[in-house]
Amino acid sequence: MNKTKKKVRPGIIAIHIIMIILCLLCIIPFLLIVISSITEEKTLLMNGYSFFPEKLSAYAYTYILSGNGGKILHGYAVSFGITVVGTVLSILMTLLYAYPLSRRDLPGRNIFAFFVFFTMLFRGGLVPSYMMWTQMFNIKNSYIALIVPNLLMNAFYIIMMRTYFSSTIPNELIEAAQIDGGSEMKILWKIITPLSKPMVATLGFMTVLGYWNDWMNGLYYITDATYYSIQNILNRMLLDIQFLSSAAATQLGTAADIAANIPSTGVRMSVAVIGLIPILIAYPFFQKYLIKGIMIGGVKG
Amino acid sequence: MMIPGTIYLIINNYIPMAGLVLAFKKFNYQFGMWKSPWNGFSNFKFLFMGSDAFNMIRNTIVYNIVFIVLGTILAIAVAIFLNAVPGNKSKKTYQTIILIPYLISIVIVSYIGFAFMSQESGFINNSLLKDNPVSWYTTPSVWPFILVFIHLWKSFGYNSIIYYATIIGIDPSLFEAAEIDGASKWRQVLHITLPSLKTTIITLTLLSIGRIFYSDFGLFYQVPMNSGPLIDVTNTIDTYVYRALLTLNDVGRSSAAGFLQSILGFVIVWLTNFVVKKVDKENALF
Repeated sequence: MNKTKKKVRPGIIAIHIIMIILCLLCIIPFLLIVISSITEEKTLLMNGYSFFPEKLSAYAYTYILSGNGGKILHGYAVSFGITVVGTVLSILMTLLYAYPLSRRDLPGRNIFAFFVFFTMLFRGGLVPSYMMWTQMFNIKNSYIALIVPNLLMNAFYIIMMRTYFSSTIPNELIEAAQIDGGSEMKILWKIITPLSKPMVATLGFMTVLGYWNDWMNGLYYITDATYYSIQNILNRMLLDIQFLSSAAATQLGTAADIAANIPSTGVRMSVAVIGLIPILIAYPFFQKYLIKGIMIGGVKG
Repeated sequence: MMIPGTIYLIINNYIPMAGLVLAFKKFNYQFGMWKSPWNGFSNFKFLFMGSDAFNMIRNTIVYNIVFIVLGTILAIAVAIFLNAVPGNKSKKTYQTIILIPYLISIVIVSYIGFAFMSQESGFINNSLLKDNPVSWYTTPSVWPFILVFIHLWKSFGYNSIIYYATIIGIDPSLFEAAEIDGASKWRQVLHITLPSLKTTIITLTLLSIGRIFYSDFGLFYQVPMNSGPLIDVTNTIDTYVYRALLTLNDVGRSSAAGFLQSILGFVIVWLTNFVVKKVDKENALF
């Protein structure tokens, strides 16, 4: 084709500019809370949250880490715990359901598939679910409430996993393993799962996001703040300015005295930043799986 | 193997479906969900007595329509831009960054909102509108725009990538042929890219229409900080059900509203799919 040097066309520059503006729009809001979290409290009270604060200070973070933020650190541990346990359970259950579903020789295959698919079309909604979980299963104020309702299995993920199995894993492989006398469990565990690592990573990361970011289960089923995850603490802190001071007061003494000393304007933002960090650290490692997952899942519907 | 999953789905999904009968009962904690006495349609009568019901249904539907229309246009535009970016490295970088808002919880979004819009310490009032600050959390008229903006901000990356996946799947020889025929980039987009996106647009729109009676609870509850003065523009079926159930303890009205949401949601999924099947069998979901 043309041998001349690649000229940079104005159209391309315009597209770069548009994309860069979009990217900045995605990042700048985060910068505001990050910078606010390291702004000195007095500066915050005087000038508000700002991108260019007069005076910086790490006080909000030392305040949390030096033991005043017991609730916050505990909530952080709760979030980690439910995310790990929930994700492992969820992936196991999804694998166990999706694998038989991917096999053409499963009796009643269509019924099982429809059983999953129907949950995407029709839902009972909050009221019956709430009544069932609180009255029949009594899970109010327990860690189970943060793990089990709604989040454990996602019909969409099961279908994605099944499609992945049936489109990438050759039938002959399974047949060969069966001839060698491998049990179905062994085949799933030793052959199918290792071959499906990209899909497991994709759904794993999406499930991690689901658990780490979830605050609705906590809102519905938790009234005792000792079971709060970091998201529930954040939720309460924003809607209820007294929450942080009352939490500290019970640990430290008189409420009035504490309320005056709590750098709540900055601490709020630092807790939000702390809640954000694990996702942003994990993201670069999983972004290629996430993007692939969105592409596969989205197109297949 | 399928036993744990089946049991879970029965409990988590199917029992609550049966529990929808609550809408026709006079709930009593002593008797529980199944044994409470029937009371016909009186829950629905109560629900529609005030203006709340119409207001929240209207809000839910109108917001969703705006989200679908603007969201689709924005996502397709970004996908086309993304595809036009030369070089894989910049493509990857842009993709990675526009997905970041999708990753974070709506609770953190509400902190970002607060940092910008707080009355006393917000960035907007302190740095941009120093002289005439706006009390954002008590001014309903601005919230439709804020909510639409935040929704688009959080979701455009995800949707763009779905459309982008379709665009890179288009047969490149089509573009080459168009290039030889002297078609401009704009004409290529108009006559090749957009028609190829048709299936994806229909599928995604169908899925969104199926969820037209549902709303992102966090967006409408947490982001406006549950502010009373904003309720006319932020109340959706989901926030109504939540408030009625857990803050007002009004099981009757909340179960009636939830029942309408479930049934209407199901009917509309079925209906849109039926229509698409008639028009174009290929694109039907089921």
